[in-house]
Amino acid sequence: MTFSGILLDISIFIGLYFQVFLLVTFFGADTPIKKATPGAAKKADEWKKLPTVSITVPCFNEARTLEKTIQSLLGLNYPKEKLSILIVDDGSKDDTYAIAQQIVARLTAITPEQPVPYNIRAVHQKNGGKYTALNLGISESTSDFVGCLDADSMVDPDALIRMVPHFIDPKVMAVTPAMLVYQPKKLLQYIQRVEYNIGVFTKRVMSLINAIHVTPGPFSIFRRSVFAEIGLFKHAHNTEDMEIAFRIQSFCYKITNCHDAIVYTIAPKTLKTLYKQRTRWSYGFIKNAIDYRHIFFNKKYGDMAMLTLPFAVIGIFFALYVVGDVLYHLGVSISNQIVKISTVGLHMPHFSFSWFFINTEMTTILGFILVGITLVVILIGRKIAEGSARPSFDIVYFLALYGFIAPLWLGKAVFNTLLSRTTPWR
Amino acid sequence: MINTKKYIFVFIITCVIFVFAFSISNYFANQRIADIKSTEDKISIDILSSETQFELLQESSCAAINGSILSDELESLADKLAYSEAQHGANDPDVQTLKQYYSLLEIKDFLLVKQIFRQCNATPIAILYFYSNKGGCPECTKQGYVLTQLRADHPSLRVYAFDYDLDSNAIQTLISLYHIPAKLPALVIDNGIYAGFQSSENIYKIIPALVTLDASSTPSTSTRADASSTSR
Repeated sequence: MTFSGILLDISIFIGLYFQVFLLVTFFGADTPIKKATPGAAKKADEWKKLPTVSITVPCFNEARTLEKTIQSLLGLNYPKEKLSILIVDDGSKDDTYAIAQQIVARLTAITPEQPVPYNIRAVHQKNGGKYTALNLGISESTSDFVGCLDADSMVDPDALIRMVPHFIDPKVMAVTPAMLVYQPKKLLQYIQRVEYNIGVFTKRVMSLINAIHVTPGPFSIFRRSVFAEIGLFKHAHNTEDMEIAFRIQSFCYKITNCHDAIVYTIAPKTLKTLYKQRTRWSYGFIKNAIDYRHIFFNKKYGDMAMLTLPFAVIGIFFALYVVGDVLYHLGVSISNQIVKISTVGLHMPHFSFSWFFINTEMTTILGFILVGITLVVILIGRKIAEGSARPSFDIVYFLALYGFIAPLWLGKAVFNTLLSRTTPWR
Repeated sequence: MINTKKYIFVFIITCVIFVFAFSISNYFANQRIADIKSTEDKISIDILSSETQFELLQESSCAAINGSILSDELESLADKLAYSEAQHGANDPDVQTLKQYYSLLEIKDFLLVKQIFRQCNATPIAILYFYSNKGGCPECTKQGYVLTQLRADHPSLRVYAFDYDLDSNAIQTLISLYHIPAKLPALVIDNGIYAGFQSSENIYKIIPALVTLDASSTPSTSTRADASSTSR
């Protein structure tokens, strides 16, 4: 066996180990898919009174989607007097702040239809980055819990009421939702829909072993007191939502995932915007992993330190290697075809089926097993988040294309890291 | 808290999946080798049968000896052997043995063809093709494409491919007999040696009869000699 063959098999072994680990953890849980709501809501009732929550909506040029985002917050099944909303316009260049002011004026007016006004405000600040907007929200809040909702996302009405009971455990400092793609229309959005389904499953499992290393902008809720202890959000390579999660974990607190709190986010439509977004995420992950390298392989931090973080880092390089290997062989095959055509011209190939020529190499069989497990993971994620494990054609798009587009941003993120190039937000 | 038992359990499951994949892969690899071996045995019997048939009919007219006595399995075997070589590597002992056996069958088939055509006072339209897998021979790849296409266009053309570097006394005898140069690819056509890549046009010039081969039926070329190998 060649060195590249051995490296490929090691990559597959590690990938398979991780997948099996996730499935074993998932099926080993008491109620892996069951909705947490009934029990949790009951506990919330027993909690006698729901805690106050303030949600910060950081905006930068979000004039088109802000109204919808705010409407979704107003639709939350949560006592009106317990919920406050702060729109922070982070120096937008469009009409975001004007629209925010209109929304606030409308919602704070006392009318016969609206005898009790909403607790909503809008502030404008010079562009300082999302983390500064979030910090403004935290510093201006007096609520028990603070949250964030990106202005390109919408929450399910029951999301908050389902998330709050997770804080009964005093060690829990943050709760993340299950994220889904909002009304996918384009091919890339359908691919991301499947990717988010996998994310729902993964977050669910990570929650079970306290290994969540990102508290996403769309509707993560924090215990406000945690910021007094560990500090506010930081720039953190434009991934403040990742850094804060690393920091919470480094203080040995818990981050849980509320798998039945659904948040819909508008996924990038074009490859360019998706590429930029994911390059930022991947670059941010690598940089934060370097910043928090003391967590790695430190038993104190549990499975996150021993398995999930190391795998996530190694996974980037192995993914690039595997795709590089596939592309190399594809290139050789295309090159051979070009030589053939230039030598003998273009002829109709003669097809005849024989079992003999079916590729049954171990690597191929393992590849199919990995695809099969991925399919199971997608359907479980869909079952958790959407209530139905119905397969759809977007899974085919995902399986066919994702492996080729993801290395674009993974490669760029590694490249930027190696050359110490910063990755811009947009 | 680390659950070591779970880590070990997952490791065992992963290993079981690997062993399962290895077993399946190994099973099919063995089936392929067995398939090639069985085809080679069939060809061996075919050739023996052809030789016997030929000897029996030696006193008969040329027309009585038709090409149907020749084995038609060589081409499919060449494809299978080339595939196995790509999968397991040229140095795989099983592949090496099968190639040696296959080369012997090719030589026997070639000799039989020559005998049949001599009986009919005709010259067989056959090409001996020497190639190498060592050190990369891009011209060999191109030559393979040309010969494969010629075979597709002219099914009666017999092409015998030999790995120049294969550890086979018979092939080495062929190499010294025909004075095959080290510069590959090399073709032997009607006792003439052609070193280096030969395009279709060149081969048509060397074998003018090829143009009419399979286009019309002539006594010298009407044999059903549609089994040959151009693959490596």
